[in-house]
Amino acid sequence: MIRQSRTDLPVLGPLPPVLSYGGLSSAARREGLQLRPIHGAVLFLGLVLACGVAEAQTEPGQPGIVATILKWTPLLASGFALNIAISFIAMAIGTAAGFLLGIGQISLVKPLRKSAWFVTQFFRNSPWLVLLFYCMLLLPFEIVVGRTVIPLPDWIKATIGLALPVMANVSELVRGAIQSIPYGQWESAESLAFTRRQTLWMIILPQCIRRMTPPWMNLYAILTVATPLASIVGVNEAMTLTQDALAAEGRNELLVPMYFYLLAWFFIYCYPIARATQALERRTAVK
Amino acid sequence: MSWTPKEPIVSVRDVHKRFGAVEVLKGVSFDVMKGEVICIIGPSGSGKSTLLRCINALVPIEQGSILVEGQEVHDPALDKLALRRKVGMVFQQYNLFPHKTALQNVMMAPLHVLKQDKAEVEARARRLIKKVRLEGKEDAYPGELSGGQQQRVAIARSLAMSPDVMLFDEVTAALDPETVKEVLVTIRELAAEGMTCLLVTHEMGFARELADHIYFTDRGVIVEHGPPAEFFANAKDPRTRQFLSQIL
Repeated sequence: MIRQSRTDLPVLGPLPPVLSYGGLSSAARREGLQLRPIHGAVLFLGLVLACGVAEAQTEPGQPGIVATILKWTPLLASGFALNIAISFIAMAIGTAAGFLLGIGQISLVKPLRKSAWFVTQFFRNSPWLVLLFYCMLLLPFEIVVGRTVIPLPDWIKATIGLALPVMANVSELVRGAIQSIPYGQWESAESLAFTRRQTLWMIILPQCIRRMTPPWMNLYAILTVATPLASIVGVNEAMTLTQDALAAEGRNELLVPMYFYLLAWFFIYCYPIARATQALERRTAVK
Repeated sequence: MSWTPKEPIVSVRDVHKRFGAVEVLKGVSFDVMKGEVICIIGPSGSGKSTLLRCINALVPIEQGSILVEGQEVHDPALDKLALRRKVGMVFQQYNLFPHKTALQNVMMAPLHVLKQDKAEVEARARRLIKKVRLEGKEDAYPGELSGGQQQRVAIARSLAMSPDVMLFDEVTAALDPETVKEVLVTIRELAAEGMTCLLVTHEMGFARELADHIYFTDRGVIVEHGPPAEFFANAKDPRTRQFLSQIL
């Protein structure tokens, strides 16, 4: 697979943005895709506005909107901690499994390569929610190994369910990064008598890490905002607890501010990740 | 092994190679004696680079035989490690490992492939870097070096395996005119030390000065060959003359 692009030519860089039509210049493109502080400001303005509107609808004698939100904040925080835990564990499992799968996709052994490709495509193109339901329904609630019983609580099952699409995406990241390394690197390593395995581990993969880090962080941000999916299968994470809090309050005007509030939590968590990803991308960009 | 230095160190016999429908080598034969400098010249696409890669077993051949120190390169049972210890190769695009410093680039293969002692490898690598006149650049990364400097690191990296034959594949073709010289100086020194060198090159002046024998290839065959004085002065084949008239 890798050996198709046999060439002595230098790899051409992207064209400079001199075209007068046919696409945005690279500067304009970058600007359009970047998450900037202004986006956060708009979100918080929305939150304040929602609180204001809700406050106006509050019936006399009931506690204020902000006070109510603050009352539920410790509970929401505990739920959000579970979201973070799910995202961490799912990312760790998905990365480890996806890495192996990605290596499998460039294997010289055809059956291995084809099956790694199939598994990758299957999990990459399945809806996340469907995978989540599969895991909830197909995994047992406990695993018995000899005499020890390992319980599998719902949130662990959900974590595994979310790890599957992460795995498939990491697999593609690894495969793409390996194939983006110029063929000359393989050739010179081979001429120095490195084995294929040595070449992969000592020469190719170390160069891939830098290329893979920004999209990998991006994937993590996507995974984090996908963790509320676990609420649908009954895991007590932030989204579920928000719904519980709303049910307990029974006040319609709270609906919009509370969900806005939850959104703000995710934004605050993901914003630094997005900024760091952009900074890394700029540093590793082709000049 | 039965090979003695009196026999050719590289012996190419009737080598054929095709990429799909394109036959790049159509029966090439030549011999190289130990310590000789051979230049292979010819128009683009005449199979020069492929020929070098066949000698190093980077590219398999369909027909014919290539012996390096008496050993058949395309024998399926060949110990490729043993072959590649004997044959070093330098590429047009340098192909240094960009995540390693110059010194690490030179040290990697002896350390991890030959499993030699680290202190000894490092001492040798430092000597080689000095030899290619890059003292002080040991800790520079390839991205911080000029093309000519990178190419000299690549030469040092090949030499670190202590090869008996060096293959140079258009090693100056990607360089600025000013830096071409520094690389040629390095190759000249190697040749003077008695290293067997096979060069694919477009540097005619260099070929004329340094080569013991020149081969002109066109469309997969050796059209003409001879010692440089004779080759440049009275080329007989019209294709050679046309090529030389365009280049000189």
